[in-house]
Amino acid sequence: MLLLRRALFALALLLAAFPARAQDPFAGLAGSGFDDIRRGIEALATAAPPQAAPTIAALQAGTLLTGPGGVLVIKQGDTLIDARTGQPAQGVTAAGLRPVRVNNAVRRAAEAAMGSLTLFSPDTATRRKAAEAVFKSRDPASLEPLARAIAAEKIPAIRAEMEEARAALLLAIPATPEPEKLAAVATLRERGDLDARALLANLKDQPAAVARAAADAVTHIERMEQLWAVAQGIFYGLSLGSVLLLAAAGLAITFGVMGVINMAHGEMVMIGAYTTFVIQDIIRTSAPGLFDYSLFLAVPAAFIVSGGLGIAIERGLIRFLYGRPLETLLATWGLSLVLQQAVRSIFGPTNREVGTPSWMSGAAEWGGLTITWNRFTIIIFAMMVLAALMATLRYTSLGLRMRAVTQNRRMAASMGIRTPWIDALTFGLGSGVAGMAGVALSQIDNVSPNLGQSYIIDSFLVVVFGGVGNLWGTLVSALTLGIVNKFLEPLAGAVLGKIVVLVLVILFIQRKPRGMFPIKGRAVEA
Amino acid sequence: MSLIRKMLRGIGLAATALTALTAMPQAQAQAQEPIKVGILHSLSGTMAISETTLKDVMLMLIEEQNKKGGVLGRKLEAVVVDPASNWPLFAEKARELITVQKVSAVFGCWTSVSRKSVLPVFEELNNVLFYPVQYEGEESSKNVFYTGAAPNQQAIPAVDYLMAEEKVQRWVLAGTDYVYPRTTNKILEAYLKSKGVKDEDILINYTPFGHADWQNIVAQIKRFGSAGKKTAVVSTINGDANVPFYKELGNQGIKATDIPVVAFSVGEEELAGIDTKPLVGHLAAWNYFMSVDNAENKAFIEKWKAFTKNAKRVTNDPMEAHVIGFNMWIKAIEKAGTPDPAKVIPAMIGIAVPNLSGGFSAMMPNHHITKPVLIGEIKEDGQFNVVWQTPGTVVAEEWSPHLEGSRDLISDWRSPLSCGNFNVKTGKCGGASK
Repeated sequence: MLLLRRALFALALLLAAFPARAQDPFAGLAGSGFDDIRRGIEALATAAPPQAAPTIAALQAGTLLTGPGGVLVIKQGDTLIDARTGQPAQGVTAAGLRPVRVNNAVRRAAEAAMGSLTLFSPDTATRRKAAEAVFKSRDPASLEPLARAIAAEKIPAIRAEMEEARAALLLAIPATPEPEKLAAVATLRERGDLDARALLANLKDQPAAVARAAADAVTHIERMEQLWAVAQGIFYGLSLGSVLLLAAAGLAITFGVMGVINMAHGEMVMIGAYTTFVIQDIIRTSAPGLFDYSLFLAVPAAFIVSGGLGIAIERGLIRFLYGRPLETLLATWGLSLVLQQAVRSIFGPTNREVGTPSWMSGAAEWGGLTITWNRFTIIIFAMMVLAALMATLRYTSLGLRMRAVTQNRRMAASMGIRTPWIDALTFGLGSGVAGMAGVALSQIDNVSPNLGQSYIIDSFLVVVFGGVGNLWGTLVSALTLGIVNKFLEPLAGAVLGKIVVLVLVILFIQRKPRGMFPIKGRAVEA
Repeated sequence: MSLIRKMLRGIGLAATALTALTAMPQAQAQAQEPIKVGILHSLSGTMAISETTLKDVMLMLIEEQNKKGGVLGRKLEAVVVDPASNWPLFAEKARELITVQKVSAVFGCWTSVSRKSVLPVFEELNNVLFYPVQYEGEESSKNVFYTGAAPNQQAIPAVDYLMAEEKVQRWVLAGTDYVYPRTTNKILEAYLKSKGVKDEDILINYTPFGHADWQNIVAQIKRFGSAGKKTAVVSTINGDANVPFYKELGNQGIKATDIPVVAFSVGEEELAGIDTKPLVGHLAAWNYFMSVDNAENKAFIEKWKAFTKNAKRVTNDPMEAHVIGFNMWIKAIEKAGTPDPAKVIPAMIGIAVPNLSGGFSAMMPNHHITKPVLIGEIKEDGQFNVVWQTPGTVVAEEWSPHLEGSRDLISDWRSPLSCGNFNVKTGKCGGASK
C-alpha cells in the first residue's frame, strides 16, 4: 500500500514536472465529493503554484465558486477572478456557480496547506498562524521551507513558534538523529502547553533516551499545568463573582439599603439586556461601522430605561406597600411575571442575538492561563460599576440624602428632604444598576425573557451572605461565592457544587444571621 | 314609563326571534360540528422558547387543512392551552382538553418529563398524543405516536459518523441533568464500549438546566482533548444553556477542526440567538434541516414565512415532526371514517406520508416513524450544511438493544400482540424479566 502510494506520488511529481497542463493542480477543488476536494487541496499545496494561497484562502472564506467544466473563480465583491490565473474571469457569470463544499476534513486540509504556503507572508499575523498550522499538521514536506523561514524570520516571538513547529516536525520524522530529537523534546518542554503535552505523550517508536526525555517533559508540563490550574480557577471564580456582583449590586441598593424585597429585580436586568439588543439593532441598520462601540451606548441607555422603569414601579406600586414585606414580595413577583410576558409578547419568545464586539471576542494566552476577553471586560466593568455606586452614595448630594433617608426617615424629612422622591430615586438607581448588569450579561448569557429569573436567587444569596446594607460586603461575598463555586465544580460536578455552596451559605447564616459584614450602630435598630 | 316598558318588551321579542333564527342552523350543524384538535405546548416559562413555534406551526397546518375543506367534510378547530412549562400542569391541561373540550387528538409536549406527566391521562381517557421531539426511547404507549427520533435515529448514527469520518477515539458526553440526556448517554456509553472505546476515553458531564457559566467545563473539555487522541463532544445540552456553552467554546478557541461538538438539541431556532461565526463546522444530527434542498421543503418554508409574516423565521426538526404527524392523522381519520381516537389509533399503523427531507415516513407498529438521519455542519448564517445522510430511512428502536433490561423487549401495537413492552425471552407482555 505504502509502496503504491509512493509510486503514485512519484508519478504525480513527474506529471507536475511537465510544463504543459498535463495535470491541473486546481482540478481537485472542482470535484464534488469532500474527499476529492481534500485531496485537491493537498495536491495544490504540493504543487504550490503562485495562485495556491489566495485560492485556498478563498475556499476558507467561502468565496471560491465552482461550476460546470471545472470552472474555479474567486468572488471579490461583484467581480469574479479566475482562481488559476488571478486575472478577472472572462465569460463566466455567477449564475450556475456554487461555493466549493467544505466540511471539517476539508477545513483541516486547508489550514495545513495554508501553513506551508504562507510561511513567508509579509504579514506577521499570517506567519504566526502558518507556524501554528505547521505545528498541528506536522507535514514532513514543510520541513525544508520551515528551515528557510526560520533563517529569514526577524521577529523573535514568531521565530520561537517556528522553532517549536520544527521540533514537532523533527519528532514526527523517524529518521531524525537522536541529538536533534532530544533538542526538539527540550524545545517542546519549554513551550509547555496542552498541545505540547499531547504531542510528547503520544510519541511512538522513539529511541530510549528520547522516550525518557519525553516522559520526563510530560510530567514536568503536567506539574506546571496543575499550578496554572489554580490560577485559572481563581480567574474563573473572579469572573463568576463579578457576574454575581453585577447582578447583586442593584439589589444591594433596593434590598440592602431600602429594605424592599424586589422579586422583579431580575427583570430589570433582563430589560437592560433587551435594551442592548435594541441599541445594537439600531446601530446595525443605521451605522454598522459603530458596532464595536455599541456597548458604550448600551450602558447609559440601559441605565436610563431600567432606572426609569424602576422609578415608575416605585411610584406606582411599591410606595403603597412600604412596611409590608410579604405583600411587597408577592406584588413584585407578580410584576416580574407581567414584565416577562410583556417582553415575550413584544420581542417574541425566542432568544435575541446580541453580538459581541470584536474587541471582546477571543482569548489571550498568558503562560498556562487562558483569559477570555469578554470575561475579563466584565470583571473590570463590575468593579467600575461598584466604584461608581459607592462614589454616588458617598460623595454626591443625592447619595447623602439617600443615606439620610434610610438611616432616619423622620429626621431627614424634618430637614427638608422630600423623602418620597428620594425613595423613588434610590429605587431607580438600584434598578438602573441592574439594567447595566443586563448589558454585561447579554454578552455571556441568553437574551431571553427568562434571563432575570436565573439570577434573582443568586443575587439575594450574595446580598444576604455579604451583610444587608453593605456594599463592601456584597463585593466580598460575590467574589467568595464565585471562587468557592468554581473550585467545587471540578470536584463535585456542576449540580452538586451548587448544592454544596447553598448548604455552606445556610450554615454560615445560621451562625452569623447578619452576614459577613453586618452594619453596626444605631442604624440597625432604626 | 310605559314607553320604556314597551321598548323593553320590543327588545325581548327581538331577542327571542334572534335565538330562534340562530338555533336553526345550529341544529343543522350538529352533525357537521368541527373536529377539535388540542395543542398542548408551553407558551410561557422556560420552554416557551422552543414550544411556541410548534403551536404556530399547528395553527398553520389546521388553517391550511380547513382551506382544503377540512376532513370528512368537517372543519378542524384548534384548542390552544398553555401548560406554562410546568410539568404537573401538563397533565391537568391534557385532562381538560380531553374531558371538557372533547378534542379528538392532542399535539404537544417537548421535554420528556412533560410527556411522562401526561402519559397516564392519555392512557386512562384513551385519547391520542402526537409527540414531536427526539427523545430517549425506552417507551411505547398505545396512545402516543412518537414522531421525533429515537436514539438510533439520531444519536447512534451521529457517533458512527464521527468514528468513521473524523476518526474520533475520545468522547465527552455532556448533557443537561434530566432523563433524556442521562438515558441517551447511558445508551451511547454502552454503544461506545461495545465498539472498543476504553473507560478512560469517555468523560461524562452533567449540568443543571439553564447553566450559564461554562468556563470550567469548557476548559476541562479542552484538557481532556489534549491527550493526543482525536476528541469529540456529544452534546445533549438542552434549551437555554446552549447559548453560553457555544459562546464559551468560541471564546476559548475550541474549533470544530480540533474538537468537533455534535449536538442533538441544537437546531436552527436555537442558533438564531447566537453569533455563529466562531461555531462554523460544529455539528448537529437531526432528521430534517431547513437547508434541505427539495421542492416540498421549499414550499413549506414559503408557507411558514407567509403565515408568520416574518421573512426571517426559521424552520426546524420538531416542526417537521408535527407536519408528518398531522398529515398522518388526517389520513388515518379518512381511513377510519371517524375522528374517534379508538378507531384512529389502529388506523394509524402503516400510513406513510412525504416528509420534508425528500422521502416518505411511515408509522410503524411500534408507534414510531421511519426517518432519514442527517448530519449537518453549522454555517456562518446559522443554517446547516448537510455533510452526510443515511441512504434511506431508519426504523426506530424504541427499546435500545444496548441497554440491559430493554434488550429483549419489542413493541407491536397490532393485534393479536398489541403490547408496548413484549419480552421475547419470557414471552410475556410487561417489561423486563427482572
